[in-house]
Amino acid sequence: MGLNPAQKEAEKSLLLTTVEKMGRWAQKSSVWPATFGLACCAIEMMSVTNSRYDLARFGAEVFRASPRQADLMIVAGRVSQKMAPVLRTIWEQMPEPKWVISMGACASSGGVFDNYAIIQGVDHVVPVDIYVPGCPPNPEALMFGILKLQEQIMKGIPPKYQRLAMEAQTP
Amino acid sequence: MNQNDPEIVERLQSQFPDALQSVAAIDQPTLQVGLPDLLRVMTFLRDEQKYKMCLDVLVVDYLPTHPRFEVVYHLYEPWKHARIRIKTRVAINQSVPSVTPLWPGANWPEREAYDLFGIVFEGHPDLRRIYLPDDWDGHPLRKDYPMTGTRID
Repeated sequence: MGLNPAQKEAEKSLLLTTVEKMGRWAQKSSVWPATFGLACCAIEMMSVTNSRYDLARFGAEVFRASPRQADLMIVAGRVSQKMAPVLRTIWEQMPEPKWVISMGACASSGGVFDNYAIIQGVDHVVPVDIYVPGCPPNPEALMFGILKLQEQIMKGIPPKYQRLAMEAQTP
Repeated sequence: MNQNDPEIVERLQSQFPDALQSVAAIDQPTLQVGLPDLLRVMTFLRDEQKYKMCLDVLVVDYLPTHPRFEVVYHLYEPWKHARIRIKTRVAINQSVPSVTPLWPGANWPEREAYDLFGIVFEGHPDLRRIYLPDDWDGHPLRKDYPMTGTRID
C-alpha cells in the first residue's frame, strides 16, 4: 500500500515522542546554574563556560546572578559557618524543580579544612544531587557532573530534595 | 627599605623612664610597655613623634604563662618611612585601653582581636564581632579552643 504525498512529507518531518519525555529533554537541555563560587573551585567553574570547554554545547552556560532564574546551584568551594544560612536562603529562593552540584572536596566533605569555621560537607545544609570530586575538579570533571545530572533528568529521577521528601512520607 | 629610626628607643626611654623595655628584634625597634602606661606612650608617639598610622593590632596567646596574652601594635611614620612595634602583656581578666580614639584605623583590627581572642578594648566605639556570626561561642584563635571542627555526621 503506497503512501500519498502528504503522508510521505509527514514521515520525513515529524518525530513522535511523549509529552513527558519532550518536557524532560527541554529541562535537561537548559539547566541554568546559579553562581555560587566560594573559593578556588569557582575559577574552574568559570573556565567551564569559556570557548575552550564551552559548556554552552550542553545548554548550561547561562550563569544567573539571581536564584529566581536558576535551576541548578553549583556550590564551588568551602562553605563557612557564616555563609551556610546565606546558601540555604539562596537555595530556597530557587524555583522548583532545582538541583545542587557539590563541586570539589571542600563542598563535599570539608576537605582539608577540618576546623571550626567550615561546614563539613554542604549536604548538611542543602540536599545534594551530584558530588564532583577533585581539589579542584578540572572543567571536564564539572562538565561530566553536569552531564550525569542531565542523564538523571532525562531518566526522570526526581531531584534529591523531592526524593528525601518522598522517603520521609513513606512509613 | 630599612629606613627605621633606631634613636626612637632612647627618646622614648628618656621621656618615660622605667616604663619601657627594649626587646631584641631584627627588623624594627621593638619596645615592651606596661598596660597602665600604654595610652601615654601611644599618645606621645602619635603627637610628638609623628607616628600617624596604626598599621595593625595583633594578639599572641602564650597559654601556659601568666599574663596570658600579648597585644602588639605596629605603628608607621610616613615622613621617614619608620616603623615601630609596641608590645604589652595582658592577663585573661584584664582589658586594654583602646587606641581607636588616637588612630581611627585601629577600629577594625581591635574588633578582630576581640572576635578571635576575646581581648576587651576599653573605650572602643563599637566593639562587636567582625568575622564570626554574632551568636558565636568562644574565641577561636585562643590556644584552648578545639583545633578541629565539629563533624556533624
